[in-house]
Amino acid sequence: MGLTQDLTATALGNQLFVGLSMAMILFIVTSGLSFILGVLRVPNIAHGSLYMIGAFSAFSISRLLGGSPIGFWLALLLAPLVVALVSFIAERALFCHLYEREHLMLLLFTFSLMLVLGDLVKMCWGADYRSISAPAMLRGSVNLFGSPFPRYNLFLLLVGPVVAVGLWLFSSKTKIGKIARAAAVDREMVGAIGINVSWVFAFAFVFGCFLAGLGGALVAPTISITLGMDHDIIMEAFLIVTIGGLGNMWGALAGSLIFGLTQSFGILFLPQFAIVFPYAAVVIVLIWRPKGLLKSVW
Amino acid sequence: MTTGISGSKSIGFSAACLAVLLVLPLIVPPFYTYTLTLIFVISLLAMSLNMLVGHGGLYQFHHGVFYGVGAYTFALFVTKTSLPAWVGFLAAPLMAATAGLLIGWFCVRLTKLYFAMLQISLGSLIWAIVFRWYSLTGGDDGISGIPVPSFLASMTGAYYFILILLVLCLIAMYFILYSPFGVTFRAIRDNPERCEALGINVRHHQLIAIMIATFFAGIAGALYVVLERSVFPDLLFWYLSLEIFVMCLLGGWFTFAGPILGAAITESLKIYVGTYTEYWTMVLGIILILLIFFLPEGIVGYFLEKLKPRDSIRVPEA
Repeated sequence: MGLTQDLTATALGNQLFVGLSMAMILFIVTSGLSFILGVLRVPNIAHGSLYMIGAFSAFSISRLLGGSPIGFWLALLLAPLVVALVSFIAERALFCHLYEREHLMLLLFTFSLMLVLGDLVKMCWGADYRSISAPAMLRGSVNLFGSPFPRYNLFLLLVGPVVAVGLWLFSSKTKIGKIARAAAVDREMVGAIGINVSWVFAFAFVFGCFLAGLGGALVAPTISITLGMDHDIIMEAFLIVTIGGLGNMWGALAGSLIFGLTQSFGILFLPQFAIVFPYAAVVIVLIWRPKGLLKSVW
Repeated sequence: MTTGISGSKSIGFSAACLAVLLVLPLIVPPFYTYTLTLIFVISLLAMSLNMLVGHGGLYQFHHGVFYGVGAYTFALFVTKTSLPAWVGFLAAPLMAATAGLLIGWFCVRLTKLYFAMLQISLGSLIWAIVFRWYSLTGGDDGISGIPVPSFLASMTGAYYFILILLVLCLIAMYFILYSPFGVTFRAIRDNPERCEALGINVRHHQLIAIMIATFFAGIAGALYVVLERSVFPDLLFWYLSLEIFVMCLLGGWFTFAGPILGAAITESLKIYVGTYTEYWTMVLGIILILLIFFLPEGIVGYFLEKLKPRDSIRVPEA
């Protein structure tokens, strides 16, 4: 009896940490999506593709540097910048001409962008499975609740809150962050006081995509990097943003925690149907509060 | 069948198309017959979606679920019960419409993106269950080798069966969409507040329209099984739903027959560009981007606009 209780407590604790570290990745990706939704009011379906490009870029950069410990850290730094560059080109060349158009057309554009970027990834990296390893200091595991827990997941648990605080400081303390928030609430007014709204949009789009790239680079050592990553994450990301409240950064955090934790605890109780739990949680939240848990900026 | 051109012309055009389609399997190689049949199935699905998107202004973002429910219902009836196949064929659309009622009941209380997201979440829940319920649905492997009645076993048999059902469904859709109910439904799209004020029960109409459209999606699902004799969870994945949504926009969502053209273009691209290059999705993406920039009304919409500038169906969005 005592033994089973110990086991259960260990397993619960372990799944709690696994769920939390999954939630951190989801949070970083969805906060970017939420940021774009808040400022541009566009559901960016290409977000998953940019996340995938982030992961593949991290792979290439760390391999170029010969797998040295510095390689991983440089990949973490540069891969999101590659993604930011790709999104900047797409935004300035194409997307910025469409802002006056109907909402569905913007959605269709981001869908087309997803199709193009998905095949670009296939061209550049092929359809093989790729993987990168974390630097030595983040490999292996530590004992938590008497069971081994991967160090890298602990690292993710540190990065998530750092990004959250960074985002909060950015949007509430810096000028550009304040302008972006203002544009989310009333874009005409922002334009009227002489700010170039088009460039605010460009900035918001690129910044959101940067976060997608960061999420992709961070997730890279924990999964096999492959085509189809984009499809797997994008709908989850949309649902998370919706249950949190469109455009609300803390909502993205709450949604990610709900999604990550229900999935990891689901594995414990009903492994076969583990992926059903987060969707069920989303359905319950949306039926209860269709506009999300926290205040939406819409 | 397209509205906007005078009635007799479009009936003549449709009849000519039908005549060509009726003789085509006699002269073209079987592979083309297969491609055409697949296009028929997807066309029916896209048409059923456009009943809600184009005519109702509903953000029906997870229509593929009802297609999948229809396909799985038929497949399960045929493989798990000893009932005759036609029972399964009747059950498929009824089951899809029931799913439409259940999901729609929650969704019609919301509008636009919130409608879409609630539907995606409910649809994804069904997808996740089908994806994992190995003992019933075969999980991610799906079900293959589904037996069909002998007259459908040959490619030509399936071709004519599916073509006839498609035509019957299109005629039914036409009458529904241009009945008083259809007119009311479009009025709700254009001005829900005014309709509400006129005493029209907006949600009630939308829910009925969702059930009708999902019923047709269920037929499309069963027809898919007749053609492919297999089902797999991707039928219910959000990607297919977005793909058919795009077909409606591509062909022209304010027209009656636009989605058929959209479906034909997308499926042909998939099959023919797919034989030349593995990058067909990029080709589709580029075509879509060009279309967004140059033909925002969709292809049929564009030509209708050229033929008849004051089209009664086209409604400028606010």
